[in-house]
Amino acid sequence: MEASTRLQLIGISKTFPGGVQANKDISLTVKRGEIHCLLGENGAGKSTLMSILYGEYHADSGEIWLDGQKATINTPKGAISHGIGMVHQHFMLVPTLSVAENIIMGMRPLASFLWYMKDIEKDIAEFAAKRGMKINPSALVSTLSVGEQQRVEIIKALYRGVDLLILDEPTAVLTPQETRDLFETLRNLAKQGFSIILITHKMNEVMEVADRVSVLRDGRMIDTLPISEVTPSSLARMMVGREVSFNQEKNDTPCGEPILKVEDLTLIGEKGRPLLKNISLKVCSGEIVGVAGVDGNGQSQLAFCVTGLMKPTSGRIWIEKNDLTGKSPLEFLKAGVGHIPEDRHAMGLVLEDPVAYNFLLQRYRDNYFKWFGFLNIKTIFEHARRLVKVFDVRTSSVKTPAANLSGGNQQKIIVGREIDRNPRLLVAVQPTRGLDIGATEYIHKQLIQQRERGAAILLISTELEEIMALSDRILVMFEGRIIGETDSDRANIDKIGLWMAGMQPEEAKQT
Amino acid sequence: MTAKTKPFSFFRLINFFPPMLQQAIILPLLALALTLLISAVLLVITGYNPVTAYRYMWEGVFGNSRVFTEVLLKSTPLILVGTGIAVAFRCGVWNIGAEGQFYAGAVLATWVGIHLAGLPPFLTISVVFLAGFIGGGAWAVIPGWLKVRLKVNEVVSTIMLNYIMIGLTSFLVTGPMQEAKKVFPQTDEIVVAARLPNILPPTRLNIGFLIAVLVAIIAAIILFRTPLGYAIRTVGQNPETARYAGMKVNQSIIIAMLLSGGAAGLAGAIEVSGLTWRMFATISPGYGFDGIAVALLASNNPLGTILSGFLFGALRASSELMQMNARIPSVLFKIIQGLAIAFIIAFSLLSRKVASEKIADRAEAVPTTGS
Repeated sequence: MEASTRLQLIGISKTFPGGVQANKDISLTVKRGEIHCLLGENGAGKSTLMSILYGEYHADSGEIWLDGQKATINTPKGAISHGIGMVHQHFMLVPTLSVAENIIMGMRPLASFLWYMKDIEKDIAEFAAKRGMKINPSALVSTLSVGEQQRVEIIKALYRGVDLLILDEPTAVLTPQETRDLFETLRNLAKQGFSIILITHKMNEVMEVADRVSVLRDGRMIDTLPISEVTPSSLARMMVGREVSFNQEKNDTPCGEPILKVEDLTLIGEKGRPLLKNISLKVCSGEIVGVAGVDGNGQSQLAFCVTGLMKPTSGRIWIEKNDLTGKSPLEFLKAGVGHIPEDRHAMGLVLEDPVAYNFLLQRYRDNYFKWFGFLNIKTIFEHARRLVKVFDVRTSSVKTPAANLSGGNQQKIIVGREIDRNPRLLVAVQPTRGLDIGATEYIHKQLIQQRERGAAILLISTELEEIMALSDRILVMFEGRIIGETDSDRANIDKIGLWMAGMQPEEAKQT
Repeated sequence: MTAKTKPFSFFRLINFFPPMLQQAIILPLLALALTLLISAVLLVITGYNPVTAYRYMWEGVFGNSRVFTEVLLKSTPLILVGTGIAVAFRCGVWNIGAEGQFYAGAVLATWVGIHLAGLPPFLTISVVFLAGFIGGGAWAVIPGWLKVRLKVNEVVSTIMLNYIMIGLTSFLVTGPMQEAKKVFPQTDEIVVAARLPNILPPTRLNIGFLIAVLVAIIAAIILFRTPLGYAIRTVGQNPETARYAGMKVNQSIIIAMLLSGGAAGLAGAIEVSGLTWRMFATISPGYGFDGIAVALLASNNPLGTILSGFLFGALRASSELMQMNARIPSVLFKIIQGLAIAFIIAFSLLSRKVASEKIADRAEAVPTTGS
């Protein structure tokens, strides 16, 4: 039986003030009961297109057809009344309210003027179970895991009678297991006749879950294909417009002297909550040690401790022969520690400052940049111009404020600045978060080059693929501990996934 | 919203100028022009003739050498205080305590000026200035220290220290430091060698104005051309990044407060050694508070405080004259001051908006919602 068409977008175009054409004449068809992936790099126009469909933006031209009828959607409320729901990347839930309260928020009372929470909770539990989802409607949202919160968002949409569900990068915050659960749920929903649009830039997800995939690039629709007719590399080619290599070429460099040595590191946070527990690790020259784990399991604190930005409660930290335990960030810098911080806006850049000064940062007291005690503006700008060229930072001038650059180019400033200091140890935290394939590939190449130069690299990332592709050794963190360690040749994604969820592979077999 | 909205192209025009020039000259003058325009409407509504009013105002500033030098004398403390506040604000420290720091500097300078005998004028004046700087600086380091050590909010502590210092001054000029005659609540006069030379008799003009301009220039050089200033600005813009870059955040805050209070204290010293020659309880008509407006109007750029300090000095001086001659209440000055600051803030927000639209110009950064 040929599935009927649920949604048809015809010739959607959208230009933003300032002249960015985010969508250029895009047409898209979504059938009933299919999982349709919308694939593209950051800025390809996926989110804009979906925001138009969900009534958050208005298209300059083009038509929306639903079930063969032309529709006008002006607001999210209008979209919902047409049966279109959206789960945003950042959840829109009130943490202090219960699941049921969050789900019915903004809806009309079912029977009368008053809410009967017991009935509603029962209704919601039944409703969810019928669609293959388990949820406790009386639980407070703040007590739920990220995966469960996402489920609440999905139920919230479905409970409003939605049968076309848009999910914006839903797996970015999930563990591999949670991702698998989500995909299972989505497949179930599709079987029941729901249409699902999944926005993503991860090819493996597309391959795993999609029925059909549409690739966007530079605001244009490149192609829509059934999943049987694509391969990861053909998708990548469509996304980027050229060949990309997934596996970074790495030469075997012998592991040299230990550069970073951490012994029994423990960090107790405010309210006595342990953030790091007895962490010991070693990173050698010419080695990339990857630290995997779900966000918030102590990785950030580990990075801050080995760069001097946080003082551990106990334990020791050596950089080469120097015991730097309890020393200031400046001493760590002087010992040759480079740091690509997790959140480039909160730390690592001064957004209001020109690009040139962002290249200066740690080196502002270097004699090279001084002239009789004053800052030598000419050298600062020359230095920046050189690095802009070397690291391919796209900016109209080194005088442009860093805030005006795209995320990828801001990250290139940080990476370039840190690498230019020839660090002995480079601590790279989420070095490619939010970057497109081109920039990611570039930064991965730079990290490998540093490894070949003999730097020790501590790579902390929640992107498992990134860890697997770059690391010589992989550590997995869970609740402040290192729960597992493996060589990258023997790494296996299931084992790491279990560690990320806090389980030992043996335990898992038993259950 | 379309790409061709008119007011935005206007701000694109402003952004064409380098930031220094924008902050120091273009934005303050633009804000003033708009303010005068709106004030004219207010004048008409309340039944005054704006042309007459502004003519008196003009004459109150540029009418003759006497009024002009009075304007310069009034702008001197405003420039110094504004410069100091700009340094603190650039470091992200909200120093509202310039009034107290002004008094602290004036008190210490007076004490030194009274008791310092037998030195040549140049040395005496230098010591008096140094005393002013140290007095104001020390009074500002207290809230700075409280902030970095005990995380005491500096807005609260600086305001409180204002009251303490003003009260302390009243006590001093009626008690330990009161003049020998014990008649008025004031100190004795400072020694002659401690007085600033008059440079344009018969007016009261002294070299204080030139010193203020020099201090503003030095402060700008420190802020924008030295490693210390770079650290201060980085701490102010993003303390986390400053720490990441190995800068000593707490030390930068203390130094910024020292410089900030020092400039205000120097203003107090110049007021004493140039004009009043003695200390009394009401020596400042609120220079410490007007200085905040001066710094804001100059976008916290010390060079800009030269112009904005002069503008506020001129408004203050001429509004008094306007009240006498045109019978226009001098509170108009307050309104103008408030409007000018409102415009500056509006301008800086709008020009930032234009800057962020420029981000959207880059194809890679397509705006998205919900993420």
